Amino acid sequence: MPVVKSIKAIGHRTIDVVWRIGYASRFFALTLYYSGASFRRFHLTIKEMFASGVMSLIIILVAGMFVGMVLGLQGYETLKRYGSESALGSLVALSLVRELGPVLAALLFASRAGSAMTAEIGLMKATEQIAAMEMMAVNPIARVIGPRFWAGLISMPLLSALFSAMGVFGGYVVGVVVIGVDEGSFWSQMQSSVDFQHDVLNGVIKSFVFGVAVTAIALFEGFDAPPTAEGVSGATTRTVVESSLAILILDFILTAFMFRGD
Amino acid sequence: MERTALDLWVGAFVVAGIGALVVLALKVGNLSTYNVSDTYLLNAYFTNVGGLKPTASVRSAGVLVGRVTEIRLDTDRYEAKVTMSIDKRYQFPKDTFANIQTAGLLGENFIGLLPGGEDQMLKSGEVFKKTQSAMVLEDLIGQFIYGKADNKAK
Repeated sequence: MPVVKSIKAIGHRTIDVVWRIGYASRFFALTLYYSGASFRRFHLTIKEMFASGVMSLIIILVAGMFVGMVLGLQGYETLKRYGSESALGSLVALSLVRELGPVLAALLFASRAGSAMTAEIGLMKATEQIAAMEMMAVNPIARVIGPRFWAGLISMPLLSALFSAMGVFGGYVVGVVVIGVDEGSFWSQMQSSVDFQHDVLNGVIKSFVFGVAVTAIALFEGFDAPPTAEGVSGATTRTVVESSLAILILDFILTAFMFRGD
Repeated sequence: MERTALDLWVGAFVVAGIGALVVLALKVGNLSTYNVSDTYLLNAYFTNVGGLKPTASVRSAGVLVGRVTEIRLDTDRYEAKVTMSIDKRYQFPKDTFANIQTAGLLGENFIGLLPGGEDQMLKSGEVFKKTQSAMVLEDLIGQFIYGKADNKAK
């Protein structure tokens, strides 16, 4: 009976998804529970901050610069039509601080650092290093997962702030230095429209939430990867796809809460 | 535990990140214009606040003297009660005139204070007696059109 078979398949899939969500939640809870070790042995976290944060610096800085420059160019072309080129500063700064900084930095972080995390942990599992740790009574979640999680969490807001600052600089270079928008009005319009609490702090909160989402997904996919070459590559792909979607969906939800009605 | 080259890099990264946040707060944002000095609260009632929002600036003679902290509807008078925090350094006479002004034709609203000549100063929690509500552009256009029509009828 093909009908029964397909219904069975749907049921099997659904149960599988629920199972996975439960496993992921338990994994996330355990990561938080055992995260004391990441702070007692902080050098482990420092090492992971180097791998995920410092190594992502160049791509974040270059991307931020160019995004800011594009915003400067496009914004100028549009604002010129309404004769309000002086608002270029607030356009560049607001779009970077509120949206583009946290979102693009998180997307870059997911593909640069998140995929590396998944591949590393997946390979550790495939080569039975994680099983070896358990044999030696070392908790792999405390030793391997925790430091990576906290390193990602600390790095993400810093990277997003650097992205935004670099973007504002890029917008300044194109808008003021190249095109010749008035420098005074560029900065003063920016300062009068960007509110520290409402815009800058909310941007930091956003990037913090994205940091949690990206690292949690990357670590879980790595930990859950089938211990084969195919399994690890599939897990890495899933990390990038899932965390990119998670970032964009979370961004919509957070924006709806933060910037509604004013 | 020894210091390693790794620590240097991570330290530089953290310092740069926090530096970027400070730049965003001070240079890009308006943290540098936030009032850190002592403030006192003054209230004003307006029949219409227009587009006035909390954190809007309070200016006297164009100089920033405080910020709007709260706007709510007073159901005793059915008027908007605007609370603003004013820098302690600036005192205003009791007959100061508070009006809602607009920066440019379509810019944002702010409260302008026009000091009167009385000797006694407003104390914390007191109310501006004389206020003028926001200029609503639509009303103005409406008045203009009806004024024209009236003229024609005469």
